[in-house]
Amino acid sequence: MISGDPLSRVLYIDLSRRKYWVEDRRDLFEKYLGGTGVAIELLKEECPKGADPLGPENPIIFAIGPLNGVFPLASKTVAMFKSPHTGNLGESHAGGRSAIAIRMAGYGAIVIKGASDIPVYLSIYNDKVYFRDASALWGIRSSHTVGRIIREREGEAGYRTIMRIGRAGEKLVTFANVVTETYRHFGRLGLGAVFGSKKLKAIVISGKRTLKVSNAKAYREIYDEIYKMAVKTPAMRKYHDLGTPANVVPLNNLGALPTKNLTQARFERYENISGEKLAERFLGRRLACAHCPVGCIHLAALREPYEKEPYFYKTTMISYDYEPIYSLGSMLGIGNPEGMLKLMDVVEIYGLDAMSTGVILAWTTEAYLKGYISEKETMGLKFRWGDCETYLKAVRLIVEQPNDFYGALAKGVEYASSIYGGREFALAYGGNEMPGYHTGPAAHAGFLTGSRHSHLDSAGYSLDEQAYVKKEELTPEKVADYRNTYSTRYNKGGIHKKSSREIRQLT
Amino acid sequence: MVKRIAVLDVDKCTGCQSCVFACTRRYGEAGVGKSAIFVRSLGGVERGFIVIVCRACKDPPCAKVCPTGALKPRRGGGVILNSEKCIGCGMCVEACPLGAIFWDEENNKPVVCTHCGYCVNYCPHEVLGLEEVSTG
Repeated sequence: MISGDPLSRVLYIDLSRRKYWVEDRRDLFEKYLGGTGVAIELLKEECPKGADPLGPENPIIFAIGPLNGVFPLASKTVAMFKSPHTGNLGESHAGGRSAIAIRMAGYGAIVIKGASDIPVYLSIYNDKVYFRDASALWGIRSSHTVGRIIREREGEAGYRTIMRIGRAGEKLVTFANVVTETYRHFGRLGLGAVFGSKKLKAIVISGKRTLKVSNAKAYREIYDEIYKMAVKTPAMRKYHDLGTPANVVPLNNLGALPTKNLTQARFERYENISGEKLAERFLGRRLACAHCPVGCIHLAALREPYEKEPYFYKTTMISYDYEPIYSLGSMLGIGNPEGMLKLMDVVEIYGLDAMSTGVILAWTTEAYLKGYISEKETMGLKFRWGDCETYLKAVRLIVEQPNDFYGALAKGVEYASSIYGGREFALAYGGNEMPGYHTGPAAHAGFLTGSRHSHLDSAGYSLDEQAYVKKEELTPEKVADYRNTYSTRYNKGGIHKKSSREIRQLT
Repeated sequence: MVKRIAVLDVDKCTGCQSCVFACTRRYGEAGVGKSAIFVRSLGGVERGFIVIVCRACKDPPCAKVCPTGALKPRRGGGVILNSEKCIGCGMCVEACPLGAIFWDEENNKPVVCTHCGYCVNYCPHEVLGLEEVSTG
């Protein structure tokens, strides 16, 4: 580590005792660099065996690494906790300003322990931590409103991150997320419920500093090389032009777009919800995370009239990406982009993981159509593919849990199907609802074996796609020995450019 | 010709803050602590961004309130800081209606844009540009 680098400082916050302190954990940062490695070690130290994920003994760890704040594109924070959704490892990554704010506040990691007896939010300004009463914020319907209130009340706009939970986190929905900077999320595995269990509504972190480098000239040269690669070459084009929704068309062509709870792998109305169509009809603004010139965040501007008042409109900015398009679009048979965007907005307002929510609604639809559940359980809702209005109502019911059925849905598809039946079409791996890549056996092997059950754990979809392009059969041996099967051109986050083009030609 | 940083099209700004990091990097350091340019949202990123940077006033109010003459008008607009004369009183920060004078906490001195144009090279969307100004 460069001498004087504040990265090794770990901020410990105890919500039970309203206390905070800083420890120098050079031991961890020199051994594991930062990020996931440091976070997992801190989790091992802080999370006792058999801990209740929603008990005060479950810690929340945030960690960043040495490149954050120094080089462009390094804009992610890792959150580590025991997942209330799976009872297993909770690991979730988010961008926004989170990583830069933690770095500029002078920390490499933050450990949050215990639980508060009243709702609080935390404000971290450099060396100071303030415990703020959040009683007045608890129960507010929209996570957007919570963001607006804190934004006005706290200082240092632009230098800060505001992580917050919505109503879903308060209600301990096990797949509630934590929203940061309105459109980025610690999405998967239920960090929002862990916040909720601690009565922790939000965390504001801000700071402003410089970081020393050992060789200024070399630093600038390496910086320029990375910056140019990101901005001036096609390397990141897919992310900044259409963004991850560019995947909709090739995945559909490949028969890899999970549709109607994966009763189909192609969606007849895929074109309506494709990245191309959404950009053409709705793209209203592009955003970037702090210190990342790529700008992959795409906001749709949805203009809606008020039914009862003539010449009165509202325009809502809604973030869309491939996974929410899959889970709240094709998976539910929704080919109407306005309806899909409204559903994404409601999921954002309540602070739910979009992927789990979509898969749960898809399971509910199939279970309803097959007679596993009736209107008695659904409280009168008649689920059918493509019916946005019903899905909008169902999301609210999952959050508020007015009966046992919605209470079960709020624990995920594996739990709900263990009670109501329909396990054979409950699309979860290790308790976590599946991602939107039905590319072949390698993808599913990765979902099953990855610790987060994410398509990014081992990028199996990339193997499937390469096999498809080469017209080869992917045997279990080839999947297991993937490093030797194909070149390890990892292609995390989407279809590889070249194979994507080849798939288009093939189909 | 003398130049100034111009915000050409703020609606194209994605809020990546690459310009902010570029400014501190001029000093051979990482981070944002010595930056004379800043980008923040207009009360929520969905509403877009504002870029805060010295606009090179011809008759700069910051220079007028400097009690030690550390800030002198620059040819073509804006100011030049003579750090040795500066006592770190912060009057200039108060005087600038744009909030374009920043503070270097390490040295307890203001940071003011010198219109060098380094940040312009790191704007991926041509929000920023270097514009020629008359010196008459």
